[in-house]
Amino acid sequence: MTDKLNGAQITIRLLERQGIRTVAGIPGGAILPIYDALGQSSIIHHVLARHEQGAGFMAQGMARASGQTAVCLASSGPGATNLLTAIADAKLDSIPLVAITGQVPKAMIGTDAFQEVDTYGLSIPITKHNFLVSSAEELLEVIPRAFELAASGRPGPVLVDIPKDVQMQVIDIEEWPAPGRRQSPPEPDGWALSEAAAMINAARRPILYLGGGVVHSGASGQAVRLAEKAGLPTVMTLMGLGAMPVDHALSLGMLGMHAARYTNLALDECDLLIAVGARFDDRATGKVAAFCPQAKIIHIDIDPAELDKIKTAHIGITADVDAALLRLTPAVAENRRTQWLQRIADLKSEYPLAMPEQDNPLSHFGLIRTVAACLDDEATIATDVGQHQMWVAQAYPLRRPRQWLTSGGLGTMGFGIPAAIGAALAEPERTVVCFTGDGSILMNIQELVTAAEEGANVKIVLMNNATLGLVHQQQTLFYGERLFASQFKSTPDFVKVAQGFGIAAVDLDQAANPCAALMEAINRRGPCLIHASIDAEQKVYPMVPPGAANRDMIGA
Amino acid sequence: MNAINRHEQNALSRAVLEIDVNNHPGVMSHVVGLFSRRAYNVEGILCLPLDDGSRSRIWLLVNEDQRLPQMMKQVDKLEDVIGIQRHNADHAVFQNLENFFRG
Repeated sequence: MTDKLNGAQITIRLLERQGIRTVAGIPGGAILPIYDALGQSSIIHHVLARHEQGAGFMAQGMARASGQTAVCLASSGPGATNLLTAIADAKLDSIPLVAITGQVPKAMIGTDAFQEVDTYGLSIPITKHNFLVSSAEELLEVIPRAFELAASGRPGPVLVDIPKDVQMQVIDIEEWPAPGRRQSPPEPDGWALSEAAAMINAARRPILYLGGGVVHSGASGQAVRLAEKAGLPTVMTLMGLGAMPVDHALSLGMLGMHAARYTNLALDECDLLIAVGARFDDRATGKVAAFCPQAKIIHIDIDPAELDKIKTAHIGITADVDAALLRLTPAVAENRRTQWLQRIADLKSEYPLAMPEQDNPLSHFGLIRTVAACLDDEATIATDVGQHQMWVAQAYPLRRPRQWLTSGGLGTMGFGIPAAIGAALAEPERTVVCFTGDGSILMNIQELVTAAEEGANVKIVLMNNATLGLVHQQQTLFYGERLFASQFKSTPDFVKVAQGFGIAAVDLDQAANPCAALMEAINRRGPCLIHASIDAEQKVYPMVPPGAANRDMIGA
Repeated sequence: MNAINRHEQNALSRAVLEIDVNNHPGVMSHVVGLFSRRAYNVEGILCLPLDDGSRSRIWLLVNEDQRLPQMMKQVDKLEDVIGIQRHNADHAVFQNLENFFRG
């Protein structure tokens, strides 16, 4: 049977067939046919963001929490340019996203038409791939392909730009294409795996280094089994947190710029580094030449371009990390590694992570630990970007993959609230906490009203020090204490702002019993802002100064 | 002198890259964008369609420096790139073009 449909209806039908049930976006002139078709869909729930960047980060929140490709929509021109930051963020953190943008009609492209911008050209360097669709027929190929590309290999964002006349072009559809699915990655090279196993067996001081790829691949369980069997102390990148529970006996927590001293010092001593789904980011390695200076390197990644990009690997394996670990684990010998683990234990006790004032809920660490005490591992933890993000990365007991949603590569302030809303929409049974700062929250604060509208179960914990904390910290430490443009002379009344946006708010500064007030706010279903003032003089410590080796940490 | 220029001055020689791509608008932008974002100069470009026109072949003349292997991996990752090969600078494709490049 033939369907007579226009490009917009085809697009929506293809999204439905992909299994998409929630999309975030904002309509505008050039995408109105798609919105008209979307309005007729009884399957897809549309979340009306208040800024396209918010829509992009909501889609990211859905994708990060669920692991499934998520969709955001925007109109042409400013709609598309507003999406770009969220798309670039998804590219750097390898998040599967399909962004659909409206474009002016084909005949008007290149004429500087109203709300025309070269969305295709702008999005080339920040997408995994992008399309400018030139006919309704082409949508049948492009939309499934976009989903296939977003989810296959190293995941990433794909943009589909659809001119308005293509959205309105009516064609006969005789057969629907199969939905786009993740393509199976190539099998890992067996010889390289056995070499890797031999290197692990021969190593005296090995360390397992887990990145975001372990989370994306669903390889956390397998990574923990490998670590346990071979007695591998394990570090995680910011993106890899949750891959191994931080309180696991073999966990050394996060490595790099704001790691515990014992973590970076252990890496300094290791003789074998097993990098899995990690890309040797500068925030993780510090000065590369001084990173794990004694170590041989095994590097497993699904993206062949990551091998030898920063550090030359002795064994490089291009593979899905779960598949590779599944085959590597039986090939390694059981090893209790008493000596090395004893050395690690000594380092831990000699150079612990200082976490002062944990019992004071109005201190930065105390607030984070108190929030954690109110929740179990089912909660999802999102952050914005800044000091609060690093403190949460250091102090929150993350224990499950996809529990932790943070903007790692791009470091986008404004990520937190919309990403948390997206996570809450994707997994409504969970409580989603978003730690944020007074700088970050203002960069997408308009989405508080979206949270209210959707009744999203998000708890926004605002750590307010009335400064751009990391800037303040760097100016204090490295710019002769010349504080400039990092202290806010005026700050809004965030409790009133939240209430004005229609969500509940509690000020822990004013609470007679802050712990009880916090617990009550977290346990009450629905969106809530939890405000707490913190000391602007607190630093994220320890810290590797920019450009320095990881062993040369300062502070605490 | 910035680091990029130093890189290029240190280039021992040139290399010729042969890149087969799908032929549609935008593919050239994808390819050369990878070079421009790294401030890696492309010295010469030749491109023509192959056979039925569904594919094209791009020939690039570039300075050989330590970033070239990574560049080639990045090019190879592009969705519209079917294959990439590296040749020596004496490859015939850029020879006998002098007549078209007199100032």
